[in-house]
Amino acid sequence: MVKISIFDYGAGNIFSLKSSLQRNGAEEVSIINDLNLDKTLDEVDGIILPGVGNFDPAIISINKCKSGFSKFIEKNTPILGICLGMEMLFERSEEGQLAGLDIIKGEVLSLPKNLVKIPHIGWNCLEITNSHSKLFEGVPNKSWVYFVHSYYTTPKNSDIITSRSNYGINIPASIEINNIYCTQFHPEKSSTIGEKMIKNFVKICKRSK
Amino acid sequence: MAVAKRIIPCLDVNKGRVVKGINFKELKDAGDPVKLAKQYSDEGADELIFLDITAAEEHRKTMKNIVKNVASVINIPFTVGGGIKTLEDARNLLLSGADRVSINTAAVVNPELIQELMRIFGKQCIVVALDVKRTFDRKGKYLFSKDGKDYWFEIQIFGGKKATGIDAIEWAKKVEKLGAGEILLTSIDTDGTENGYDIELINAICDKINIPVIASGGCGSIDDILKVYKNTEVDAALAASLFHFNKAKLREVKKYLSKNEILVRPP
Repeated sequence: MVKISIFDYGAGNIFSLKSSLQRNGAEEVSIINDLNLDKTLDEVDGIILPGVGNFDPAIISINKCKSGFSKFIEKNTPILGICLGMEMLFERSEEGQLAGLDIIKGEVLSLPKNLVKIPHIGWNCLEITNSHSKLFEGVPNKSWVYFVHSYYTTPKNSDIITSRSNYGINIPASIEINNIYCTQFHPEKSSTIGEKMIKNFVKICKRSK
Repeated sequence: MAVAKRIIPCLDVNKGRVVKGINFKELKDAGDPVKLAKQYSDEGADELIFLDITAAEEHRKTMKNIVKNVASVINIPFTVGGGIKTLEDARNLLLSGADRVSINTAAVVNPELIQELMRIFGKQCIVVALDVKRTFDRKGKYLFSKDGKDYWFEIQIFGGKKATGIDAIEWAKKVEKLGAGEILLTSIDTDGTENGYDIELINAICDKINIPVIASGGCGSIDDILKVYKNTEVDAALAASLFHFNKAKLREVKKYLSKNEILVRPP
């Protein structure tokens, strides 16, 4: 039985993400706002940092249980960071004043203001640069996925990038490092191809048990 | 830049049913919202918009339930609007499964609401809807002229029932500054006419702001969608009766646009 927890910053729609996980093989999906419980640590097969909210309020809510979160990282529990959930893992972001979680080196910058409309809203094409990514099993190159964001990540180590998209500039669309998977787009909103990725993440959680 | 132009079926919801009105009046029944949402999502819609057009307090719960049911069955984004007055109203809809909320009258009455929403939920969650009508006097800031008559674009509220004296172009610039993530631009002059989108209005607004805009009001054929993309910088086109009354399928629309060199996501 695969048990996945969605970390809730209290700032938006996580119901669709929950529904998507349930449709795609997760037997138990819980919504949590505390990662400190040792109980949680043993019972959870994967964590999702969802993609809705604003940088500083989200960081404040996760900082309250930073040590718990570090334990998940040490334990190599699969983590999926979506959009803001991806950005939070970096050192800092132009969206906020607070320090990021600093799990991935690099910073989060605003999309180029004079080049494109901001936010980047809508469907864009994926150029998969690492076809071995477990998240992309069965996902063809040039698949269309749904983005809604104003900031993008710039990882210092570009080897961790698994796909890119173009919106005026090239942006990392997904990254993968150890058992941490991140997408700038929203797989839970990206139609059947996104559901495939959600299903893949559930499988990753199952294998890591 | 490779972001696709979006096609958005709009579902006006009245007392739990999808309806379609003409010039904001005369409502016709167009079906069950959850069933239609699933159908459009499967057929290749890029996004959906639900507007609760009754939005009376007693129907709030109905809309919340519809949102929940829709979110359980579709896998594309959707926006919910209509009667959102407070932060709490917005939060309720977002937590029930809406990806974005659209505010209209409340934003005009209380512009700070946009900022408050932005601080908590982020700007990508906030669509500000503008209902716009030509007013034939010279009181607006940006004047236009056709056939010897001068007019300006005026913001209307309460479902197009009340004029505000606010210039739509000024207002669009202001809501961008306050933190709106997108503008849903409805022309009351063309809405329900099925004679095409209001190209003049759309260009007037798109020229002055740098957030995406959804065109709404007047779509009666596939050609209208092509025209709005060929003649404006708009990012998404909203249509209701075209899809509700089966005048065109999403698949056809996308094929036609693609053939005419408009970038769309293949269904």
